[in-house]
Amino acid sequence: MTLFIEQSLNGLQFGLLLFLLAAGLTLVFGIMDLVNLAHGSLYMLGAYFAATFAIWTGSFVLAAVLSLFATLLVGMLVEVIAMRRLYGRDHLDHVLATFGLILFFDESVRLIWGPEGMSLPLPAWLNRSVEILPGVQYSAYRLAIIVVTLSVAVSLYLLVMRTRIGMLIRAGASNREMVGALGVNIKLLYTLVFGLGAALAGLAGLMQAPILTVQIGMGENILILAFVITVIGGIGSIRGALVGALFVGFIDTMGRAFFPDLLRMVLSPTAASTAAPALSSMLIYLLMAIVLIAKPEGLFSTSQR
Amino acid sequence: MTGWFSARNIAIVALVAVLLLLPVYIELGGNRFLLSLFTRIVILALAAVSLNLILGYGGMMSFGHAAYLGIGGYAVGMLAKEGIVSGFVQWPVALGASALFALVIGALSLRTRGVYFIMITLAFAQMAYYVAGGIARYGGDDGLTVNQRSQFVPPVDLTNKVQFYYICVALLLASVFLVWRLINSRFGMVIQGARSNETRMRAIGFPTYRYKLTCFVIAGTMCGLAGALLANHTDFVSPSMMYWTRSGDLIIMVVLGGMGSLFGPVFGAMALLVFEEMLPFIIKVVATPLFGPTAARASEYWQILMGPLLLLVVLFARGGIDGLLRKLDRRERP
Repeated sequence: MTLFIEQSLNGLQFGLLLFLLAAGLTLVFGIMDLVNLAHGSLYMLGAYFAATFAIWTGSFVLAAVLSLFATLLVGMLVEVIAMRRLYGRDHLDHVLATFGLILFFDESVRLIWGPEGMSLPLPAWLNRSVEILPGVQYSAYRLAIIVVTLSVAVSLYLLVMRTRIGMLIRAGASNREMVGALGVNIKLLYTLVFGLGAALAGLAGLMQAPILTVQIGMGENILILAFVITVIGGIGSIRGALVGALFVGFIDTMGRAFFPDLLRMVLSPTAASTAAPALSSMLIYLLMAIVLIAKPEGLFSTSQR
Repeated sequence: MTGWFSARNIAIVALVAVLLLLPVYIELGGNRFLLSLFTRIVILALAAVSLNLILGYGGMMSFGHAAYLGIGGYAVGMLAKEGIVSGFVQWPVALGASALFALVIGALSLRTRGVYFIMITLAFAQMAYYVAGGIARYGGDDGLTVNQRSQFVPPVDLTNKVQFYYICVALLLASVFLVWRLINSRFGMVIQGARSNETRMRAIGFPTYRYKLTCFVIAGTMCGLAGALLANHTDFVSPSMMYWTRSGDLIIMVVLGGMGSLFGPVFGAMALLVFEEMLPFIIKVVATPLFGPTAARASEYWQILMGPLLLLVVLFARGGIDGLLRKLDRRERP
C-alpha cells in the first residue's frame, strides 16, 4: 500500500512535469501553428543551465531562477532568428528546420559542456523525505515539484484566460491578421509566447535535473512523450495537455512499477520477466492508439483543425 | 517542355552510371572504403525512395519510417540468431513483418492528418524502438550481431561485397521502377489526387482512406526490404536503426533530393551521406590555415554546421536537387 501511494505520487509528479513540456508545445502549436521538435532541446538546455549556474552561484534556487530566464532568452532568440521565418509554411518545413535546430543544440552542448553529462546536487533542505501520511515517507523534492508545477499550471490558466496578454494570445490564435490590424504588435507577442513555451520546457528540464543525469539527448525521449500527450489531449488545448499529461504520467509510472507483477500472475515467471520491459514501455502508446480509435482529434481538440 | 537531353535526365543517367561503375573504379585502384559507403548509400536510398512514395506523392508526412528499417533488420537478425539463415525465409518474413506493422500503424494514424499524423507515426516508431530495446534475448539496447548473412542458392553470395553491392543497386533500381509504375497507374493518380485535395477525391467517389493505407503499406514493405539489406550490410542490428533521428535523416534525404521526383531521393541520400563523410574533412582543410591544430578538434563537431545548413535548405531551396535541375532546364529553354 505504501508503495502504491508512493508510485501514484511519482506518477502525479511525472505527469505534471510532462504537462509543462506539453503545454509549451501545444501553446506554440495552437497559437503559431508551428510544430517545434526542438522543444526537447530547450528542456535539455534548462537542465544544463541549472547545473552550470548551481556550480557558479552555489545556490539551487538562484540557479533555478537564472536558468529559467536563460531558457526564456534562448527561446526568444531562436524565435527571432529562425522560427519567425517559418510561420505560415508547410508543417514539413517546421519539422525539418527544427530537426536541424536539434542537431545544432546537441552539438553545441557537446562543444560547451562536453559529452560526459552533469549532475545537479540537491540542497540539504530538499534532499530528505517527509512524512505525508502516518507511516508514509515521500521525497521532499518530488513534493516540491508537484507544488511548483501545480502553481505554474494555475498561473498559466490565469495568464491565458484572465489577463490582457492572455486575451491577445487567444485572439492571435484565432485570427492573426485581425489582431495585427487592430494595432497589436503580433510579432512581439509571438516572440513572447515562444519564449514562454521555452521557459516552461526549461523549467521542466531544470526540475528533472536532480532526479536524472543531465545529458545530451535527454530532451528527445521526453519530447516523444510530450507528443503522445498532445495527441491524446488534442493539439492546441492546454486543458487537454493537462489531462493527457496526467494520464501518461500515471500509466507510465504505474506500468513500470506494477506491470511486471501483474504479468507474472498470467504468464510463467521467465516469460513475464522477458516480456515485461518491452510491454510496459508500450502501454502509453496503446493508450494513444485507443484514444485515436475513439476520438481521432484528441480528447479536447480545438474544433476547426 | 523539356527534351530528352535535359539537365535532369543527364544527371539521372550520370547517377546510374556512377552507381553501376563504382566497383570497376575500385578494382582499378580506388579507395576500398567507397564500396562500403556506397552500399550504405544505395540501401538508404531505397528507404528514401519508399518514403518518397508516401511523403512526396501521397502527402503523408510519416516521421516514423525508420521503424521499418529496424523491423526488416530485426527479422533477419532474430531469425539468424534462431538458426534460420535462409534468405528465402528471412526476407519474406522481413517484408511481411514490415507490411503488417505498416498496416496497423497506417490504419490508426491515417484516421488523422497533418501534425497529428507526424506525431503519431513518430510515436509508434519510437514505441518499436523501445520494444526492441526491451527484448533481452535479442540484445536489448546493445543490439544483436548477425553472425551469418542471408543464404540464397549458390551463385548468389551476399558475403561477396561487390555482388552484394550490385544486388542492392538492382533492388534500388527495381524499386524506383516500381514507384514509377505505381504513380503513373490509376492507383497512383488517386494517391496524388488525395494529396492535392482529399475532399474532392472523396466527393467523386474514391475511398481515399483505403488507397492511402495501401500506399502506406507498400512503402513500409519496401523500406522493410532496405532494413533486411542493411542488417546484411552491417552484420548488426540495434534499436538505434529505428531511432527517430534516423527517420529524420530519411526525410532530409527526400526533401534534399526533391519531394515527389522519381530519382530525387537517390540524389538526396547520396548528397547527405557523402556530405556527412566529407564535412569533417572540409572543416579541417578550411580551418587549419586559420586556427592551426585546434581545427582538427573542430572537425569532430561537424554536426553543429549540419543543423543550420538544413535550416537554410528548408528556408531557401525548397525543391531540393531535383528542383535545381529543373530550374536549369527552364533556363536553357526560355
